[in-house]
Amino acid sequence: MSSGVRSPGRAEIQGRTLRQDTWWLQPLVTFVVLLAFVVYATWRAFAGEHYYASPYLSPFYSPCMGAQCVEGSADFGRPFDWFPWSPALIILVIPLGFRMTCYYYRKAYYRAFWLSPPACAVAEPHGRYTGERRFPLILQNLHRWFLIVSALVALVLSYDVVLAFRDADHEWGHMGLGTLVLLVNVLLIWGYTLSCHSCRHLIGGRLRHFSKHPVRYRAWTLVSRLNGHHAKFAWLSLFSVALADLYVYLLATGAITDPRFF
Amino acid sequence: MGYDLHLRVWRGDAAGGDLGDYTVQVEEGEVVLDAIHRLQATQTGDLAVRWNCKAGKCGSCSAEVNGRPRLMCMTRLADFDPAETVTVTPMRGFPVIRDLVTDVSFNYAKAQEVPAFAPTPRDADGKRRMMQEDVERGQEFRKCIECFLCQDTCHVVRDHEENKEAFAGPRFFLRYAELDMHPLDTHDRRQLAQDAAGLGMCNITKCCTEVCPEGIKITDNAIIPMKERVVDRKYDPVVWLGSKIFRRDRRDEVERG
Amino acid sequence: MTGPDTGPSSRHPMTGNRMDPGDETEPSYGTGFETHAYDVVVIGAGGAGLRAAIAAHDAGARVAVVCKSLLGKAHTVMAEGGIAAAMGNVYAEDGWQVHFRDTMRGGKMLNNWRMAQLHAQEAPERVMELEEWGALFDRTPDGLISQRDFGGHRFARLAHVGDRTGLEMIRTLQQRTVALGIDVFMECTVTEIFTDRSGPAPTVTGAFGYWRETGRFVVFEAPSVVLATGGIGKSYQVTSNSWEYTGDGHALALRAGASLINMEFVQFHPTGMVWPPSVRGILVTESVRGDGGVLRNSEGERFMFDYIPEYFKAETADTVEEAEGWYADKKNNRRPPELLPRDEVARAINSEIKAGRGSPHGGVFLDIASRRDADFIRRRLPSMYHQFKELADVDITAEPMEVGPTCHYVMGGVEVDADTERSKVVGLYAAGEVAGGMHGSNRLGGNSLSDLLVFGRRAGHNAAYHAYGAAQDRPRIRDEEVRAAADAALAPFRLEEDGGAENPYTVQKDLQDVMQRLVGIIRKADELTESLAEIGRLKERARHLLVEGHRQYNPGWHLALDLANMLLVSECVATAALAREESRGGHTRDDFPGPDPEWGARNLVLTLEGDAVRLEQQPLPVMPDQLKTLFEDA
Repeated sequence: MSSGVRSPGRAEIQGRTLRQDTWWLQPLVTFVVLLAFVVYATWRAFAGEHYYASPYLSPFYSPCMGAQCVEGSADFGRPFDWFPWSPALIILVIPLGFRMTCYYYRKAYYRAFWLSPPACAVAEPHGRYTGERRFPLILQNLHRWFLIVSALVALVLSYDVVLAFRDADHEWGHMGLGTLVLLVNVLLIWGYTLSCHSCRHLIGGRLRHFSKHPVRYRAWTLVSRLNGHHAKFAWLSLFSVALADLYVYLLATGAITDPRFF
Repeated sequence: MGYDLHLRVWRGDAAGGDLGDYTVQVEEGEVVLDAIHRLQATQTGDLAVRWNCKAGKCGSCSAEVNGRPRLMCMTRLADFDPAETVTVTPMRGFPVIRDLVTDVSFNYAKAQEVPAFAPTPRDADGKRRMMQEDVERGQEFRKCIECFLCQDTCHVVRDHEENKEAFAGPRFFLRYAELDMHPLDTHDRRQLAQDAAGLGMCNITKCCTEVCPEGIKITDNAIIPMKERVVDRKYDPVVWLGSKIFRRDRRDEVERG
Repeated sequence: MTGPDTGPSSRHPMTGNRMDPGDETEPSYGTGFETHAYDVVVIGAGGAGLRAAIAAHDAGARVAVVCKSLLGKAHTVMAEGGIAAAMGNVYAEDGWQVHFRDTMRGGKMLNNWRMAQLHAQEAPERVMELEEWGALFDRTPDGLISQRDFGGHRFARLAHVGDRTGLEMIRTLQQRTVALGIDVFMECTVTEIFTDRSGPAPTVTGAFGYWRETGRFVVFEAPSVVLATGGIGKSYQVTSNSWEYTGDGHALALRAGASLINMEFVQFHPTGMVWPPSVRGILVTESVRGDGGVLRNSEGERFMFDYIPEYFKAETADTVEEAEGWYADKKNNRRPPELLPRDEVARAINSEIKAGRGSPHGGVFLDIASRRDADFIRRRLPSMYHQFKELADVDITAEPMEVGPTCHYVMGGVEVDADTERSKVVGLYAAGEVAGGMHGSNRLGGNSLSDLLVFGRRAGHNAAYHAYGAAQDRPRIRDEEVRAAADAALAPFRLEEDGGAENPYTVQKDLQDVMQRLVGIIRKADELTESLAEIGRLKERARHLLVEGHRQYNPGWHLALDLANMLLVSECVATAALAREESRGGHTRDDFPGPDPEWGARNLVLTLEGDAVRLEQQPLPVMPDQLKTLFEDA
């Protein structure tokens, strides 16, 4: 390969990198963890069962709006009753699209899956690179639309937490470990959603004169502070959503029982 | 406190070259550039290296230390084990001139393509007014010392020489962002940033931010906001419609400088 | 006007860097030279050089900027505090008269009054111009350019951007230069100014230099040359200056037939880093003190109260209470003594260290950590915070810094006409640190950046004007001059038959040692005499320099050529220092400890006759009575 760092005219050095640290570790971990999540999420999304353990609805299936939704899980009716497959597939498109187009996840998967680049100052294996200028990657520009619908889904998940203050018979005034799991999950999801770069832009980043919009400037300052932790929220909310689903799965299959606090 | 440092330094020019092994005495508190200077003064009088302030303010002594793009004057030897061999090469993203000196004219050519700042007229009393909160974003970008380590690291051009034509690089995305956020600028540079500067080629893998010796959040504060501004301009019908109906944000779109 | 340049098109039009990978590594003297014709050639791309180039361009001239480093790396980037300009944004009482008075008093009245006046009058508009070209200064609450306190300035008047004002200035001027399409020859060193000596005064015909990258020679044909090469600090061991500061412009001017004044006045900035050794000399901005930092000795005492000179007693606080009150209420309190002019503070620190009350690494303590909260320090002094954290492992928000004097600035320089910046040589102009007169015996902090702008613009403008006036049949460069310049430049590659091969790095190191030891902050007749003898010996050694390698980007060769300038300028400094038998500003004689009114009315003028430096006394220009009244109420 005589392009890139081995182009004619550049300093003649054979190695693709002279880095001596464990630069490969981070992309490798990212690859393994993301892949594990994808495998788990695919299995769970297509499974179409064990996603509701009253009063808890798995976040993978919320809101449940398909024909197959089990009794008690369809809090918003069944507008997609013509949809023959797992109801998770209807709704998961939204968070999936949100995360696929997320500025942080893009960095993570471009590095870990596409090795473009695997790490800084480590030559990438591709002969050509065109960036996000053409189809399909130009669709990354849809991120803000996914943000808006994802915020709606996050509202639904918040409503689910409220519903989780019921017991299995839908009596109010109770709380179990599952309630806490869903609550933590929804907080992390809100953290992830509000710290999004598009959110930061829409809230105030797009302004030229902060001084003329003091309220939006304040909001922007807050979102900017959250935005500094966007990567952390991205990972934590990914884990929490999987764990919340797993918890519901384990309850639904009867593997465990939900400890009730009151 | 001093010890003998093992150095491997790339020596050569565009025609070819190699890593040479050297041993040089170094003292406590020294940086890589001190070791290079001592090497130059005592063993290799013609070792080419670019430097000026030796205080991390001018951005001249950019190189790659153990494969990482760094300023030599800000890379302390205390960060390495005394037994470790420290490898210093020129920046690998640019053509080499000689030894540690590279031809960075790519960056100066790109600088010429950015249309100049075009302010509104002065206030009636001959002064200009801008509020601190409105200039702060631009001030962050203007901390840039033009060391060009971000340009060196960015894989879009580091790994693809052919992209240099269409891609201005992180340093100039900073510049576009600075001007687009400037409270007094009268130009709309979004289209230009996307088309001529190649903003769309950036896949935000953040290496520019990682190597920036000034700690400028290039990706989060300049590139992504610029990408979002381009979305406003090109991919968001709501914003587009709003700007047409309310006739806000009327700036002149500019041509390549 | 002159024709288009004849340089090869394979060079980048702006950077001068080679576009094709052609091989220019062969030693090529004897073969052709690259030749360019311009109206104005500006040597140096710092604040003064770029401002001069912009002014000359605006006046319609074809301009080239020639600089030793890449564009935007000049020493101006190191300036931290701010640009002094009486804009009155913070204190409406401020005006050019007050600024003028402060400048003259800071320079111990040895300044060229006309320069000080022009400087004070024009600085505010020069700052506003920068804003017009994109500079983002810190703002006051009502949106104007904010101004900060600095030593010797009666009112807060330094326009600034955190503590990186120099960077902002150079970037703004650089971007303006690029936008105007001015040709820049980067990494190109000028070694000779060509003059025609057939008329009554020497007249500039052009300049000679080499590309650092290739070693290839360049000839500039130009009726006007502006020197903006900065200072001489690299001749000292402990200095805040970069490798470029080798006194090139001073030496070029002398050799072209111009004169230097005030060369005995070298400013030692009171606060440079002292530890670790590798960063010794790097500047710690005066803003640390302007923003509340104080100096203490090893006994924890704020010693500056013991060093208030008679001259500044009336305006300096003599109790800690009053000094503390000043930060909040400047009207009813006098300034803390830490903010005395730089020469006073540097001498005080020097005395404390000599008296054994220094810090562990031979400095004194500069403490802001115990006086301001961490957020304030990080916001106001971000690059100081960064610099100490990265280079010395010191957190300045938690512990005091160790600081000591460092060679910072030379007040002396090319003698120029105050209004036009023209030297004694027709067509040769000088602006910025390389020019003399403006700052007298001591420069106030912040006056340097404004000096660059005010006189850079004037020099560029007048250089362009001169180029218009220069006749088409003006004298031209002669071939033998070019060959002689090329020959001189290549001398270090030839091993002389008569003797030893000297390493340029070693000779430079020895010169720095001599200057630091014998021509430093405190001077004595016998030491100065000794220094001249030492410099003579070093000059002899420098005749036998030998460098290895070839002409392509060879720092050893570059140093060998710069070294001749350093030696000549060092000789000038020592000669003038020996002659001036008094202490004033940046010149302190142990054997003549006080100022002498007789000396206070005289300038020392240096010229070159053959190889010998000649010194003359010259009366100081006399200030008009109208301006004198400004000093009466003080």
